[in-house]
Amino acid sequence: MIPALFFYLFAGICVASAVMVVASRNPVHSVLFLILAFVNAAGLFVLMGAEFLAMILVVVYVGAVAVLFLFVVMMLDVDFAELRRGFDNYMPIGALIGVVLLVELLMVVGAWVIGSGLPRTAVAPIPTGVTNAQALGLVLYTRYVYFFQAAGLVLLVSMLGAIVLTLRHKPGVKRQSIPDQLMRRKEAIITLVDVKPGQGL
Amino acid sequence: MTIGLGHYLAVAAILFTIGIFGIFLNRKNVIIILMSVELILLAVNINMVAFSTHMGDLVGQVFALIILTVAAAEAAIGLAILVVFFRNRGSIAVEDINLMKG
Repeated sequence: MIPALFFYLFAGICVASAVMVVASRNPVHSVLFLILAFVNAAGLFVLMGAEFLAMILVVVYVGAVAVLFLFVVMMLDVDFAELRRGFDNYMPIGALIGVVLLVELLMVVGAWVIGSGLPRTAVAPIPTGVTNAQALGLVLYTRYVYFFQAAGLVLLVSMLGAIVLTLRHKPGVKRQSIPDQLMRRKEAIITLVDVKPGQGL
Repeated sequence: MTIGLGHYLAVAAILFTIGIFGIFLNRKNVIIILMSVELILLAVNINMVAFSTHMGDLVGQVFALIILTVAAAEAAIGLAILVVFFRNRGSIAVEDINLMKG
């Protein structure tokens, strides 16, 4: 009874805030509703028994990605009212496609069965007696270590890409140049002037 | 009543549909489109974890972890492109983006 109650609570808030993400007038509100949706999805993950992924979802999405979105939305000085034009024009076709897709998906969800001839042996069965994080680590660092390394490479490439894209050198900003400093010789810099007394330069 | 696999799949289906709907609805606003893509990937993750716990197989959670990584990378790159585009054009309207081709 209690798990069902919490399932409907998390699922209801998650879906409602997802609707507000796409329908909200102010993109800052959209980002905040996205955070709410992700927190409630983390609650759903906890209900399913995937605690580690739930915490990762909170840390990565609420802590990093959503804040990144918030930074960009607030940094770009965009006329959002201008971007909302045509909202009503796209509404009917979007609603039509959404309803068709939802009906299709719910028909699939309501009608599928697992074939009885299929072997039900799990590739990596969930062990009993250890926590979810420990079980995931036992699988992730041994059998799927190459996937783990590939995920790290994806993150590295995306970090480099983001830095390369947004880095810019403004002209007119004076920076220290170590080679130029080391290459200075006194012959090229200093000129000795013999100043006559009483005349000045 | 017990909450089974079908309930989670239904929630994931609804979230996926809202994501698709959001892309159609906010055709001009790239930021909302990126957020809709994040919603779609969240729906996929819910499916993965639901099947993982239903079948008693941890591989689904490993896959969900990797999808999470790729989603974070995609958001970072997408927002970086958006910042550069805004610097060049002074707007983030989607219909101008086809000017970026060669």
